[in-house]
Amino acid sequence: MEIDLTRGNIERVETDPKLTELHLGGLGTNTRLLWDRVPPETEPFSPDNLLIFGPGLLVGTPAPGASRTIVTTYSPQTLLMGYSMMGGFWGPELKYAGYDKVIFRGKSPQLVYVWINNDRVEIRDASHLRGKGAVETAELIRRELKEPNLQVVAIGLAGENRVYMASIEHGRSSASRLGLGAVMGDKGIKAIAVRGTKDINLGRPTEFLKLCNEVLAYIKVRAPNLVPEVMPILAGLGSPQEMLHTDEKWHTENFSWGNARVRRKDFWNKEIEKKWKQSLETVRTRLISCYNCPMKCGAIISAPGISTYMMKCFSKLTYAMAAFVDDLDFGFKIAQRATEYGVDGFSTPQAMAFGFELREAGILTDADFEGCPSDNEGKFYWLLDRIVRREGIGDVLANGTYWAAKQIGKGAEEYAHNNIKKHEQLPLKLGMLNPIYFLMYTTGEKANITQIEGNFPQAPFSTMELREAFVRDWIQAPNDKFKQYVLDWEPRGERSMPFYPTVEACCEIVDWQEKMHYIDDALGVCAGLSSFPLKPPYHIHNYPGIIASATGMDMDEAGLTHITKRNRTLLRAVNVRRGLRRADEKPPEDHWKKRFPELEQKLLDAYYEFKGWNKDGIPTKDSLHELGLDYVAEDFERRGILKNE
Amino acid sequence: MSKVKKKVKVIKIDVDKCNGCRACEVVCSAFHAKPQYSSNNPARSRIRVIRDPLRDVYIPVYAGEYTKAECAGRDRYVIDGKEYGECDFCRASCPSREIFKEPDSGLPLKCDMCEDDPPQEKPLCVEWCINDALTYEEREEEVEEEVKLEDVEIGLGSMVDKYGLQKVIDTVARMAKKE
Repeated sequence: MEIDLTRGNIERVETDPKLTELHLGGLGTNTRLLWDRVPPETEPFSPDNLLIFGPGLLVGTPAPGASRTIVTTYSPQTLLMGYSMMGGFWGPELKYAGYDKVIFRGKSPQLVYVWINNDRVEIRDASHLRGKGAVETAELIRRELKEPNLQVVAIGLAGENRVYMASIEHGRSSASRLGLGAVMGDKGIKAIAVRGTKDINLGRPTEFLKLCNEVLAYIKVRAPNLVPEVMPILAGLGSPQEMLHTDEKWHTENFSWGNARVRRKDFWNKEIEKKWKQSLETVRTRLISCYNCPMKCGAIISAPGISTYMMKCFSKLTYAMAAFVDDLDFGFKIAQRATEYGVDGFSTPQAMAFGFELREAGILTDADFEGCPSDNEGKFYWLLDRIVRREGIGDVLANGTYWAAKQIGKGAEEYAHNNIKKHEQLPLKLGMLNPIYFLMYTTGEKANITQIEGNFPQAPFSTMELREAFVRDWIQAPNDKFKQYVLDWEPRGERSMPFYPTVEACCEIVDWQEKMHYIDDALGVCAGLSSFPLKPPYHIHNYPGIIASATGMDMDEAGLTHITKRNRTLLRAVNVRRGLRRADEKPPEDHWKKRFPELEQKLLDAYYEFKGWNKDGIPTKDSLHELGLDYVAEDFERRGILKNE
Repeated sequence: MSKVKKKVKVIKIDVDKCNGCRACEVVCSAFHAKPQYSSNNPARSRIRVIRDPLRDVYIPVYAGEYTKAECAGRDRYVIDGKEYGECDFCRASCPSREIFKEPDSGLPLKCDMCEDDPPQEKPLCVEWCINDALTYEEREEEVEEEVKLEDVEIGLGSMVDKYGLQKVIDTVARMAKKE
């Protein structure tokens, strides 16, 4: 469905089955739309920029965990293609309403919300929702429309004010990264409410249901059988089980506090453990899931004195750690405010810690912080309020650390030290270069490590027994070569990092892990059941049958790999057309203490070649041709990005 | 009427274990699609999770009898400090709400415990609830034999309730003419 906000025009356009064959759906078809329809000169806040909500191909089918919506636009943060994903219930509801995507263009002169009720679609006035929290907005719309079963995505104050860290919120889920909420706010959309009561049909239903049953049966066995020697959040299934686990020794001691600065290696003790356990158990009312998924990665949080909201993943820690507050209650309280404002719980705390660091360094002055309380908790509430309203120094920090540093000058750039492609990264600072992670950090198109890592162990197992045990039932590995890499990989000695896995092996390992994410993101299957954990229920060997029986399309591993490579290359092409080059593919300088510049260049060279890109990270004419992307090669030649040879 | 032995199928619902995923709705609607599994649509499901996340209400409810009139009063229950509407537990297909009705025709839906040939081991909602919010057991009971209304009659009865007998007769007559 196409909605032109400038003219208030709503148009239903049928999905082109040819595009489904070429790109599947979700991220794949979103990328194609952006390539075809938004010229690379388009500013993120231009009316010509599109904001696309695209649930994946399998969303709304009975495939467990197929709940995800991929939101795509040009990001104000990175200026590249921004895509962020959310689970929850909105994507399936849209499919049941009869739509594969909602594509917004133009800008509404007034703040509006969109009400999609099967065939009836309305653009409605949202002036009464201005300034309302994202959770609050969903409740108000539900009441206003007297429809308890509708699903809502909404922005808060941050999105309305085009804060670059603004998220799009939906219940326990959110599309948080890359400032998509800012684009939604720029277009004047406060929320999109959906209700759908139509059927979703399957190609070969009996076969499909059988495969779904196998996925469920596997989850039942795998979820409680933890992989040994692996940190708790990676040992099982699902996205990080941060709402379940109370043991935060690993995160609090390995992740850096403040503006990704200080490791507190003795932080976790008996007293903290007891207090934090109590904090979580007091506020957590229930562990909850997304649509049609047996995992419980989220939680309902009801802390005393604040309204109830839902949470997932890591944001219980990010604010507390950035603010140097040792009390987890603070984490839950400030996250509630942040959720209503609709901001990314990943970048926002870092931008705030960055602000206070600049003040300490004398680069920002007390005048910038007039009225700011002096205690750590108070300081962070104060600055959060300024950022989402774009008031004073908040207006500068609302653009993220990269742009804020540029604007502030006076050496502030040194303090924006934790970015890749202008975007804040996990506050992780480590000892020695990890070649696999080097490639993933530098070349990942989303500039977010969790969206490319996953199926291969993060570190070698300590003993041969453990390695053998791991590969024994590793049905997910693409072939036996990968099993050999695990068997041969040692914590120290000749076959250890950074020179083992070898450059060639690193390329294969990274490519495989990334491929699984691109498949998930085209299908709308949650990474937590597929590309993120070790030994997941979905993998390269069962996906072709699942896709084929769901859609009736012909599909095998080679075909799926080919489509995925096409999607991945087209996304690279979109970004190349917007200026992305090898020079941009750098990890934060201080991510590893011990670097290996020569090896790093070798890795990049080899990986680019493996991907069919030239030395500058641009897909070559031959590889584009092989993927049926000749139109990209022609465009590149016309623009002088590739030389016509 | 004579007494007969009857197998009573029981689904135990542990609301504390429900994670609100609605897999039960998905597989129920798929199972009852014609042909089986050919489509799915939670709006046609005979089990619905009555869900209000912010109030922590998660109650899987099965479609029971059709009723033509809604309750005159609506009570509220407070259980362990949490407030529920009485409709939150009610199985009726009733004019006061949209659940347990076919979304296109408005005809009432009722859980049949996944009757199938050959029979399913247990209802599929239970099968798909791997968090065990739904578990299944069978027990035997002696009951009086009853005359079972044909499906068509149940359906027609609800149409009569909704539109009046004359309208239904006229419509059927007109449709018969067209055939």
